[in-house]
Amino acid sequence: MNDTPLLEMKNITKEFPGVKALDNVSFRVAAGEIHCLVGENGAGKSTLMKILSGVYPHGEYSGDILFGGELQSFGGIRDSENTGIGIIYQELALIPEMTVYENIFIGHEIKNGMMVDWNETIRQASEMLKKVKLNVNPAVKVKELGVGKQQLVEIAKALSKDVRLLILDEPTSALNEDDVANLFDLLRDLKVQGVTCVMITHKLKEIMEIADSVTVLRDGRTICTLNARNGEVSENVLIKHMVGREIDNIYPKREHKRSEEITFEVKDWCAYDPARERDILKNANFYVKKGEIVGFSGLMGSGRTELALSIFGNPERYHLQGEMFVYGEKMQFHHPEEAINAGVAYVSEDRKRNGLILIQDVKQNVTLANLREIAQRGVVDDNAEIKIANEYKDSLNIKTPTIEQKVLNLSGGNQQKVSLAKWLFVKPNILILDEPTRGIDVGAKYEIYTIMNRLVEQGMSIIMISSELPEILGMSDRVYIVSAGEITGELPIEEATQEKIMHLATKN
Amino acid sequence: MSFINDLQKVLKQNIREYGMFIALFVIWAVFAVLTDGIFISSRNISNLLNQTGYIAVLGIGMTLIIVIRHIDLSVGFLAGFLGAVAAIAMAFWGWPVYLVIPVVLLIGLLLGFIPGFLVAQMGIPAFVATLAGFLVYRGAILVVTEETGTIIIANDVFNAIGNGFIPDIPVNFMPEVHKLTLLLGIIAIVLFVVGELNGRRTKQAYNFEVLPMNIFILKLAFTALLIGGMTWVLAGYNGLSWTVVVVLLVMGIYYFVSTKTVLGRHIYAVGGNPEAAELSGVNVKKITYVVFGQMGMLAALSGMLFASRLQSATTTAGTLFELDAIAAAFVGGVSAAGGVGKVTGALIGALVMASLTSGMNLMGIGISYQYMVRGAVLAAAVIFDVATRSRR
Repeated sequence: MNDTPLLEMKNITKEFPGVKALDNVSFRVAAGEIHCLVGENGAGKSTLMKILSGVYPHGEYSGDILFGGELQSFGGIRDSENTGIGIIYQELALIPEMTVYENIFIGHEIKNGMMVDWNETIRQASEMLKKVKLNVNPAVKVKELGVGKQQLVEIAKALSKDVRLLILDEPTSALNEDDVANLFDLLRDLKVQGVTCVMITHKLKEIMEIADSVTVLRDGRTICTLNARNGEVSENVLIKHMVGREIDNIYPKREHKRSEEITFEVKDWCAYDPARERDILKNANFYVKKGEIVGFSGLMGSGRTELALSIFGNPERYHLQGEMFVYGEKMQFHHPEEAINAGVAYVSEDRKRNGLILIQDVKQNVTLANLREIAQRGVVDDNAEIKIANEYKDSLNIKTPTIEQKVLNLSGGNQQKVSLAKWLFVKPNILILDEPTRGIDVGAKYEIYTIMNRLVEQGMSIIMISSELPEILGMSDRVYIVSAGEITGELPIEEATQEKIMHLATKN
Repeated sequence: MSFINDLQKVLKQNIREYGMFIALFVIWAVFAVLTDGIFISSRNISNLLNQTGYIAVLGIGMTLIIVIRHIDLSVGFLAGFLGAVAAIAMAFWGWPVYLVIPVVLLIGLLLGFIPGFLVAQMGIPAFVATLAGFLVYRGAILVVTEETGTIIIANDVFNAIGNGFIPDIPVNFMPEVHKLTLLLGIIAIVLFVVGELNGRRTKQAYNFEVLPMNIFILKLAFTALLIGGMTWVLAGYNGLSWTVVVVLLVMGIYYFVSTKTVLGRHIYAVGGNPEAAELSGVNVKKITYVVFGQMGMLAALSGMLFASRLQSATTTAGTLFELDAIAAAFVGGVSAAGGVGKVTGALIGALVMASLTSGMNLMGIGISYQYMVRGAVLAAAVIFDVATRSRR
């Protein structure tokens, strides 16, 4: 390895009104390595990357950025792109209605005089697609592709700009295991071709798998940079550095109590989505008992979220068949409101898109689903609201200056806790959690798991949808496996293993 | 020195909230100077407020429409049409005024449900659905006024809404001044101060951030001065007009509903994130119906205020009202992205726009330039809004 690092960020300090987001952070990336950047939510990873990519231009922070040995002062995203830095955000920046080739060259179109040279664009796009090993027709619309393929298009787009440093912000959060393996192969390939990679991630397993080095940030400071190739990195070491303490077990222990009371049951449940013109659920049968956590495992797109939505008042207007029983009573919900009234709650998968109202404050979000409880004759009691919000802030340990803080200013883990608080306030008997810990850090995960355990202790039934197998195995009492809209298996936790689950999940 | 610093800090932090008031104040001050004080004469201010009334009520309703990310282009001609309906009911059918007003309001509500249905149920963009309404109501006005042309309204009670003033206390004391208006003004100031003090105490009890004491006192003094000044100016002419009473009443109800009730919270939740609101058990369709329905009802009120002011229903009533209402809402700080905007803002916005018209009329500026100035002010208001938004 070369002695001059490709990237060196020295003594970076960035302040927002009232908070020091980065405090004297240093970050070195050697040429030709895959460097993982880890840290809890709010540790400063995103801020650091925003400085590097020019979102926060030179002058809004203090410290130096050296790229290829030269001092840089980016005035905007364009500058950093021209220098050879490409960033791929968690939320992909593609235009769904445009074709793959249009997307790849958007913003730096290949021109012939004043006109776009489409033939040359398509030719070069095909080349880029080959580079990222994506075998699709460049003329298809991006919306036709799955998330995994869309991400490859993003990478192709970055490569078309001659990147030397590729930054990926939690690239695997929406991918299934195949896509992840595919992506990692590609990153290793790119490494050989001379593209250096910085990957922000929460998934420690992935770090073990792919990283050459790891830098840990905590509370806006660099904690350490470790070499991942000589065995000094292990999950425990990383967790210790990230949270500043050791967590013995990521999944807090709980006795698997067996109650016989079935609280929720679905029989011969079928759903047809008129928008996509296809069946999305076929003959699903399952039940949940009191005080039980039932895991729903399956690949991305297998129909788990659709299953949850079809139960929870069917907001997507699927055509449904089958029977649903809540505490033995046959029920039908025509709107989420009816599901809520029957004691069912659904914490959605994507808290930003359909979980929270980001421009409103913590207390408004917490009380939204159950305003009636704190209202008299339709008038909201402000004092009761403040009291409730503060109770949940304390009991779920939501880190916010006050409950009047807008939710959009909170970190991912705390946003997730607000989302959870909202649903706990409706006092449900049956709680559906869809990817309850997606995109949040280890510390917050542990807290969420602890809360889940507390809830089932109190007799709540939890349906937990998760793409992370360790989470399914660590938290569930029983596991259902969903594959292509069908429940292909049911395993008590004692019999469940990663291999068995993956086998059933790929059955269809 | 620290007082000045505090003031700067508070103004900076709350520039969005106070910006409109400051803008209105500046506009009034400038016109007061340019017209040698005629602009702030009792008579002119009283007129100005009466002219603002029918746009202000539309602006208030429009604010909620824009908050839930829609638009309503039909309200102008709907107002004109319903004004004509009210006139016909009184002039030709001989209905008593106390029946006409609630019936027309009810018709407005029901007609408002039509775009509500098209938008919520059929999924038609509000722009298109209400543009269709715009055309239909334009035609409808012509139909109902075809035979008669302008319909004269002879009912004194009805006409008083747009032209009359509240009665005075019949005592022989300060004969030049409208004493009931003055009394109401003083009551308003007292209520405001008591409300602010209570709010501050509650906030402190919960350890929320409050204004520094000196700034708080300044705010109270400034607002008291504003209400007091307005009251004094109005009391010097004929006192509070019925139009202003109606607008304040509507304002009060809407402020209460939008900030204190479950319904209001649901409306803002739908505006902030419709998917999240739906999944939280808020019936987005129902909210869409309610918001379009209230807009129809306020259009009816606006139409009657206008007809009452002219003491007649004309074939062109309602022309461009919808655009004035939209302008008032945007000047008042509503965000097209949804979920943000106060109904009080629309009132100030309507006052800003009406003040421009009134002031420029007094200065003898031609109508062509008036349009340009108002356009520029609208653009400036939204630029200001966007600029102060991105800073946080």
